[in-house]
Amino acid sequence: MKKLLTGDEAIARGAYEAGVHFAAAYPGTPSTEILENLAKYPEVYAEWSPNEKVALEGAIGASVAGGRSIASMKHVGLNVAADPLFTFAYTGVNGGAVVVTADEPAMYSSQNEQDNRNYAKAAKLPMLEPADSQECLDMAKLAFEISESFDTPVLMRLTTRVCHAKSLVQCGQRQEAPVRDYHRQMDKYVCVPAVSRKLRVKVAERMAKLAEYSEKTPLNFAQYNDLQAGVITSGDCYFYAQEVFGDTVSYLKLGMTNPLPANLIREFCQKVGKIYVIEENDPYLEDAVRQLGFDPIGQALFPYTGELTPEVIRKAVFGQALPSIEYDQSKVVGRPPTLCAGCPHRGFFYEIGRRKDIMVCGDIGCYALGSAKPFNAIDTTICMGASISMGHGAQKIFKLGDKPTKVVSVLGDSTFFHTGINSLINVAYNQSSTVNIILDNRITGMTGHQENPGSGYTVKGEPTNLIDIETLVKALGFRHVRTVDPNDLDTLKKTLDEFLDLDEPSVIITRWPCALKKFSQEDKAEFTDAFSQKYTVDTDTCIGCRICMRAGCPALSFDQQAKKAKVDKVQCLGCGVCAQICPKQAIIKEGK
Amino acid sequence: MTKSVLLVGVGGQGTILASKLLTTGLMQAGYDVKMSEIHGMSQRGGSVSSQVRYGEKVLSPVIEPGGADILVSFEVMEALRWLNYLKPDGKIIVNQFQLPPMPVITGEAVYATDIIQELQAHADVTVVDAAAIASRLGNPKAMNIVLLGAIIKAMNLTDIDWEQLIRETVKPAFVELNIQAVRQGMAAV
Repeated sequence: MKKLLTGDEAIARGAYEAGVHFAAAYPGTPSTEILENLAKYPEVYAEWSPNEKVALEGAIGASVAGGRSIASMKHVGLNVAADPLFTFAYTGVNGGAVVVTADEPAMYSSQNEQDNRNYAKAAKLPMLEPADSQECLDMAKLAFEISESFDTPVLMRLTTRVCHAKSLVQCGQRQEAPVRDYHRQMDKYVCVPAVSRKLRVKVAERMAKLAEYSEKTPLNFAQYNDLQAGVITSGDCYFYAQEVFGDTVSYLKLGMTNPLPANLIREFCQKVGKIYVIEENDPYLEDAVRQLGFDPIGQALFPYTGELTPEVIRKAVFGQALPSIEYDQSKVVGRPPTLCAGCPHRGFFYEIGRRKDIMVCGDIGCYALGSAKPFNAIDTTICMGASISMGHGAQKIFKLGDKPTKVVSVLGDSTFFHTGINSLINVAYNQSSTVNIILDNRITGMTGHQENPGSGYTVKGEPTNLIDIETLVKALGFRHVRTVDPNDLDTLKKTLDEFLDLDEPSVIITRWPCALKKFSQEDKAEFTDAFSQKYTVDTDTCIGCRICMRAGCPALSFDQQAKKAKVDKVQCLGCGVCAQICPKQAIIKEGK
Repeated sequence: MTKSVLLVGVGGQGTILASKLLTTGLMQAGYDVKMSEIHGMSQRGGSVSSQVRYGEKVLSPVIEPGGADILVSFEVMEALRWLNYLKPDGKIIVNQFQLPPMPVITGEAVYATDIIQELQAHADVTVVDAAAIASRLGNPKAMNIVLLGAIIKAMNLTDIDWEQLIRETVKPAFVELNIQAVRQGMAAV
């Protein structure tokens, strides 16, 4: 039976059908749903790892031990996992191993737009690029076969639209893959220099064989129509190009993009007149076509950034988009994402946003929205875990220059476990006087509520060991550690005042659940009165000063006619931050 | 001929469930279907879209500006934001429901009162008070299913057994509510 699946769901299904035994990932848009779906199959061991490096290393161990394994991550996650990836390419596999990278052209939910096809080339790995969900399923299955036949990990490169677009998929049955025997092979898995020098040669021989395979595989195919022009493409761009050109041009659709099929490309280029290369991000295919001695039209015409949707291709080639309605857009007000009503980060960003002469090093998560209006409370955002380590470096420089500026580093619980923990070890070791804030909302929020080492549950929903952040931080040797309720602005303010005055490092843990979190038994016991109240504005007391708007809460608005603040009862979750900000105590608990 | 339905709204309004039911119904009716959504940061109170395309064979999962046969907006301002995605002869269904964006909340911008008139000046607009309909049915959150009913009617998809699909898809406690919501949505167009 056909099912309507996203690319992520189809990757999970394909890996399942291929008999995968071990699956590991760290959540990251747009890759998160791959592991979430694999976790639904009882036959598959699945886990959220603390970060992508750990996930991939787990998958490598599982492969070496003889199981089929998969590690999935967003594009920047592969940077974290790059260290094991490059040497895994040397050792090869025992059980088949697949690494999935989900790239983000247009950066919908990412800090950069890197093209991870370059990793396949740099690490010398075969790479498959599906264009829709059916290809995701088929290629995931094939990837395990390629992995075992050629003794290599296989990289699959998806993009946001492939991950999140749904299309019809013919599903099959799971074929159990017996776990292979394990025996010690030091000349294969112990990458000391003497071994690696030999493996390096094997990698080159393997890539030569894979290049032959790439010429023959049906994943790479030419579709000849009119020969005046031809489009060389991969991934979702194949469908975008067809949407624009239909059958007025010929196509060379590449599903295996490392190693590339040089002969097939040469043959196609010789047959067609004008050659277009349509690909998102880097001129990866274009450069390869050029190296074969052809002169394709690629980034001279198509943008190097963003998605190459039909509109973009149409404008580039024909100079105009489809006819559309022209209208006055001045009435359209932007709708930037905001911290949700009841978000436990609100109180913290309100407090920190009011302080002068501090630098706030931020991190990756919902709390990056602390940089938005009305808080404007973040100085930097680079990558997972960077807040604490960047803050450390910055504080050292301020100290060197005898400047009074204090650095506050802020990140979430899941990001702390990801790589923030290494950064905090550095602060403990090399002693900068930063104030380090761990916004513990009891879940991985931004990616849609995944469990993490501090939540007490596994991806399968089973109870597990819960790592207590305060205990852990104290074990690192921090002398000033405090856990506070972020909705209690008075305590939060006093703690910040106290710790900002210290000449040694400190840690504040704000502990309150994400407003969207489904509460566990433990949450219900700990946060008994959470989200049970609603607030309202006493219009007699409200003087219309709008100070409460500094809470930046979507449940709170200003009634222009009445000149009073207004609480939306449906959205309000009763965190009480606005009530504490109000100078006239005009925002009160409902029913009081 | 591929048809394109663009559902837009604000994160949390339930566009995803509405488009899930729509695409499942279309698939069961034998159409090729593709749907595209963006997840992630935009969910946090931002502008969201679900792009549904169906026909004999669908190529791109994304709708381009000037490509939507129908624009279904769960919120008034969002209809105007996405108006350029509508075909010049396309239809609009707009929910009579406003969610002020943050610049309006903070007082930097105003929410214009004549947006629906602006829409009407350019296209065939049906205004549905889905919030009121859903509230009368006892649950304001069923607004999304009321709008699904409106899409079904406007796109001539009434031959598909939507009520059976709701029984198969929705939690038992919400089946009757959702069936009523679809019916009233259909009646509103």
